[in-house]
Amino acid sequence: MTGDADLFPGPDRDEAERILGRYPQEHRQSAVLPLLDLAQRRHGGWLPAAVVDAVGDYLGMPSMRVRELVTFYSMFHDRPVGRYLVQVCRTTPCWLRGSDEVLAAARQELGIAPGETTPDGDFTLIEVECLGACADAPVVQINDDFHERLDGGQMRAWIHAHRGPKEG
Amino acid sequence: MPKLSIDGTEVEVADGTTVLRACEQAGVEIPRFCFHERLSIAGNCRMCLVEQVGVPKPVASCAMPVTEGMQILTQSERVQAAREGVMEFLLVNHPLDCPICDQGGECDLQDQALYYGRVRSRFREAKRAVSDKDFGPLVKTVMTRCIHCTRCVRFMDEVAGVPELGTMGRGEDMEIVAALEGCLHSELAGNVVDLCPVGALTSKPYAFAARPWELSHTESVDVLDGAGSAIRIDARDGRVLRVLPRVNEDINEEWIGDRSRHAVDGLAVRRLDQPWLRRNGAFEPVSWDAALAAVATALQDAAPARTAALAGDLVGLEGMAALADLMRARGVASVDCRQDGGAVGAGVPASWRFNATIAGIDRADAVLLVGTNPRREAPVINARIRRRWRATGIPIARIGPAIDLTYPVTELGDGPDALAELARGTHPFVAALGQARYPLIVVGSGALARADGAVILGLARQVAEAADAARADWNGFSVLQRCAARAGGLELGMVPAEGGLDSRGMVSAANEGGLDFLYLLGADEIDPEAFRDTFTVYQGHHADRGARRADVLLPAAAYTEQEATYVNTEGRPQRARPAHPPPGGARPDWKIPVALAARMGSPLPYDSLAGLWRRIEAAHPHLAEIGQLPPPAPLTSFGDAGGELDGAPFTEVVPDYYRTCPISRASATMAACARAVADA
Repeated sequence: MTGDADLFPGPDRDEAERILGRYPQEHRQSAVLPLLDLAQRRHGGWLPAAVVDAVGDYLGMPSMRVRELVTFYSMFHDRPVGRYLVQVCRTTPCWLRGSDEVLAAARQELGIAPGETTPDGDFTLIEVECLGACADAPVVQINDDFHERLDGGQMRAWIHAHRGPKEG
Repeated sequence: MPKLSIDGTEVEVADGTTVLRACEQAGVEIPRFCFHERLSIAGNCRMCLVEQVGVPKPVASCAMPVTEGMQILTQSERVQAAREGVMEFLLVNHPLDCPICDQGGECDLQDQALYYGRVRSRFREAKRAVSDKDFGPLVKTVMTRCIHCTRCVRFMDEVAGVPELGTMGRGEDMEIVAALEGCLHSELAGNVVDLCPVGALTSKPYAFAARPWELSHTESVDVLDGAGSAIRIDARDGRVLRVLPRVNEDINEEWIGDRSRHAVDGLAVRRLDQPWLRRNGAFEPVSWDAALAAVATALQDAAPARTAALAGDLVGLEGMAALADLMRARGVASVDCRQDGGAVGAGVPASWRFNATIAGIDRADAVLLVGTNPRREAPVINARIRRRWRATGIPIARIGPAIDLTYPVTELGDGPDALAELARGTHPFVAALGQARYPLIVVGSGALARADGAVILGLARQVAEAADAARADWNGFSVLQRCAARAGGLELGMVPAEGGLDSRGMVSAANEGGLDFLYLLGADEIDPEAFRDTFTVYQGHHADRGARRADVLLPAAAYTEQEATYVNTEGRPQRARPAHPPPGGARPDWKIPVALAARMGSPLPYDSLAGLWRRIEAAHPHLAEIGQLPPPAPLTSFGDAGGELDGAPFTEVVPDYYRTCPISRASATMAACARAVADA
């Protein structure tokens, strides 16, 4: 990572400046979370160490302070994730409404355990705590979207529909 | 000034005081782990919970500001229950391995668990495992013991200014990690061991060496740099096992540099513990009697004009005074305490002292650093400048090589030309200095040890005068002495008398065969090869550079083994005290010149430490005021502002922080630190 140009290329530069504009100049560092989010979106859904350090440089923050944030917030990923990040809620309301079945369906269909990524790099499956949509439990968050009132069959169907073209 | 009641007692405290501080002022102890007076408030250990009447939940007293009419209870059942609960949680993942933990016996967690915890844990699950981290040669980690108070993280971030520690993960997965495994790039890193309230960070060199109750404690002063930090020497069986800082608000607060703390293993090796005499090119052990006889004969044979004495960096006032008296009695003019060739010392105290005082840094509102790297020359002073910068963002500029000082510095140039420009008033930074109410000009002792040192001294004085830095209420002209002995030697006037040679002159005279006798009092930072044809006596504690070419080695006590007075860079005399007797036949520094004079039939007018002190006091009354600052010294005309400047840039005078003196060069710990820094 060399310089800001690589960190936020093209139109992202404007977006980054717009985010910075929300904070007083002497509190530039307050923009760290939205900028990390922006950087993560532009770097394949995860934050390589070099990108994290570059965000720190961009804001004049010690890289250690930025790395702390990345590991603290579960929405930042310091390891590669798949094209689709499947986050199955397991907190009590979802669990009572059948999240176990949804998770089992995802595991079976994808052939991976929670925390793993499919070999083709398309799907990463993780379990998460409350996503804040208990009224429509069970809930699965896939990338930026909530999928609500799911059952195992719907989970399977969604995965099936989003698989990349099978080879051979 | 809000009033509050603490356990029913009315207390009035200053605005902005926290409840915890108010309780302290009222004499009520509040247990704590994460809170530390000199670090920012984290509020994450929850051990300081107290009850505020009318508030449904216990409050963290460290972070709660006092408000008018607050009623605080610290001994109620709820508080007791809260402390027990917090303690039980803190111990959930703590290994309870006190019997094999070096913190045992001086552990906040152990003590507070005893006083505030429950007798038993109800936790039946497996404790978490945390992989150990490598924080370098000084800090040993056992991270399963960590309670995540983040004191170490905040220290590195705020005080050391090297933000290399951080917390990764959260909740049960939280861990303290270093940015780079194998080394913390700070000269103050050892302080995290003192700060750690549990056994997660302990001293690696001291690992499994002793239990605290086995050690004798001696309150003394550090001599491995010129700041004169307050230390406590912990020893057992005639051996120094560790050095810890003591609080001295005027100097080191409660930090010390890593060399001051960890070079002491060097005290046990390469020691001169008996006299040696060179015969036919090889050293032979001899009795004190034979050694003194040899020195006396050589000294009596040498003409005073061809005799010289040079004092080193670690010697106290007493040794220098006795040697100077011995030489003066023989009419020897070539006596010097500046083995670095420093140009200061022409009898004007303001020209060699840190006149602003170390505590005065807290007032400075513009700083100019001239040819100095305070981070390596006096880490505790650098930490103070950094704190001042953090608090108020004062402008700091430097003339000298660009080195990270842990705060932003405006680079004015790397050579003395920039100083000359400032002195002419043509440099833009002159305005910043002129506007400042308390301008501070720090001149490094290295800058004054150049051939053009007198010119630099004069120019720096001019800059200070132009900025009105020397007034009745403030003298910002400050020389940073990096050696413990130097200021004392200059206060004593241990400089060449009329017609005498200074250290540079001694070297060139020796090279030209013009020196017959040289007495090195712990002087090791000179090239001994120059003295190959001179009869050289080395008095000191280590077989280091100065001993290499000597003809007689007289073993002397180190600073941990004798009572001696050291004058710090401010001109403040302080007394080092012996933690144990010197090894073998080594003697306190002052006794050796006294014995030599007696041997030569012309005894010095004292034969006791008290007599020597009386003599020093008679000539220099302020040197008897132990611990006190000297009376303010006015800036008079000194230096040679009109002289010729050598255009060469300033260089780093302490290229290796960890090895600067015979003790630290003998230390395996310091060698490991230097290696770790080089490898990282």
